[in-house]
Amino acid sequence: MKHKISVTVNGAVREAEVESRLLLVHLIREVFRMTGTHIGCDTSHCGVCTVRLDGEPVKSCTVLAVQADGRSVDTVEGLEQGGKLHPMQEAFTEKHALQCGFCTPGMLMTTSALLERNRNPSEQQIRQAISGNLCRCTGYLNIVKAVQHAAEKMRAA
Amino acid sequence: MIPAPFDYHRPGTLDEAIGLLVRYQDDARVLAGGMSLLPTLKLRLGSFGHLVDISRIAALEYVKEEKGVVRIGAGTRQCVLERSELITTRFPVLADALPLIADPLVRNRSTIGGNLANGDPSNDHPAIAIALGAELVARGPKGERTIPASRFYKDLFVTELKAGEILAEIRIPLPPPRSGSAYRKLKRKTGDYAVAAVAVQLTLGASGAIERAGIALTNVAPTPLEAVGAQKVLVGKVADDKAIAEAARLAAKAASPSADRRGSVEYKKEMVRVLAGRALKAALERAEA
Repeated sequence: MKHKISVTVNGAVREAEVESRLLLVHLIREVFRMTGTHIGCDTSHCGVCTVRLDGEPVKSCTVLAVQADGRSVDTVEGLEQGGKLHPMQEAFTEKHALQCGFCTPGMLMTTSALLERNRNPSEQQIRQAISGNLCRCTGYLNIVKAVQHAAEKMRAA
Repeated sequence: MIPAPFDYHRPGTLDEAIGLLVRYQDDARVLAGGMSLLPTLKLRLGSFGHLVDISRIAALEYVKEEKGVVRIGAGTRQCVLERSELITTRFPVLADALPLIADPLVRNRSTIGGNLANGDPSNDHPAIAIALGAELVARGPKGERTIPASRFYKDLFVTELKAGEILAEIRIPLPPPRSGSAYRKLKRKTGDYAVAAVAVQLTLGASGAIERAGIALTNVAPTPLEAVGAQKVLVGKVADDKAIAEAARLAAKAASPSADRRGSVEYKKEMVRVLAGRALKAALERAEA
């Protein structure tokens, strides 16, 4: 069974014809050819495939592409606006919050969503928010610092 | 990992969804949050010809209080419950449990109805619903029926739901004054299921003795388990340390876990004893507060 779907990806309407079983992460990477969203464990544990579905961070390896029909999907490619990095991306570079970088797209999507809900999260709240995103370099300390730094920047802006 | 082929249906109403389940019978499966079903399909542990996606049926998403009962639409997501003041203030057991279910990203998709209806003994909501004396409302081709949570679970992944039926609503009675509830869960890491967990709700009478005790266990039997012996021993008694220790011992005795990578049978039973003691104490403190 094929479905014609229409998804607003980073603000632009994209259309595709998909099989029922196509996963959202494969739609993004293989149909739309946007490879910023990674595939890691492929079992909804690691969080490297995190994208925002109607604003909420979700694991795109465990959502069907057809379920995104008529909804908005935001990926890491959409964080940069007009040639300017998102404050969270800036904070990640300034605070050395990425080592190998594999978890970074997912971390950015989860933490940027957090700051929209909570402008001043505590360290505990940040750690809880990223508890579904694994960093196998174990670079959590600097990731937490980067989120705090981005929160400061965004409150000042 | 890619699931085997299936047909995807997105009904606009619950009745339409029931119609699809009736048409495709055993070959159809309800897709709610998908947090258990999609991994099952991807790992090819199960396969269905038809998925009936109820996640866009807005009429299944609500939390409301009516005549002493809190009614939760089965499609309500965990993240919504976590942010509901009604839920977290009136049911401390849910305030305890919700942040410990899977991880925040999974809770953005996962629904209370899916967690309850899947019949997985490692899910957290079944024991909580049992401890709270909740009722589950099933809708099917013949209409609606209400099943106490304590009678909903028949066997591993087998529930009272019949072909064509969908869990539509969860009804939790508001606890009377001098009630307290708690959930204590041991897990190895975020995202893992419980090694063991215990849900408790206690209601104290005017004399201070326990009037009602709801105690249920997660992931230590083929089904969620009501610790009937532990409940009985507490009712009518003042919950002192001795009574709590005895109830915790009986809860552990009721558990029949299997050994796996989360621990041996002995270890899990001992953890039930410890967690039951802690949950009972926390519930008691809250009831007295």
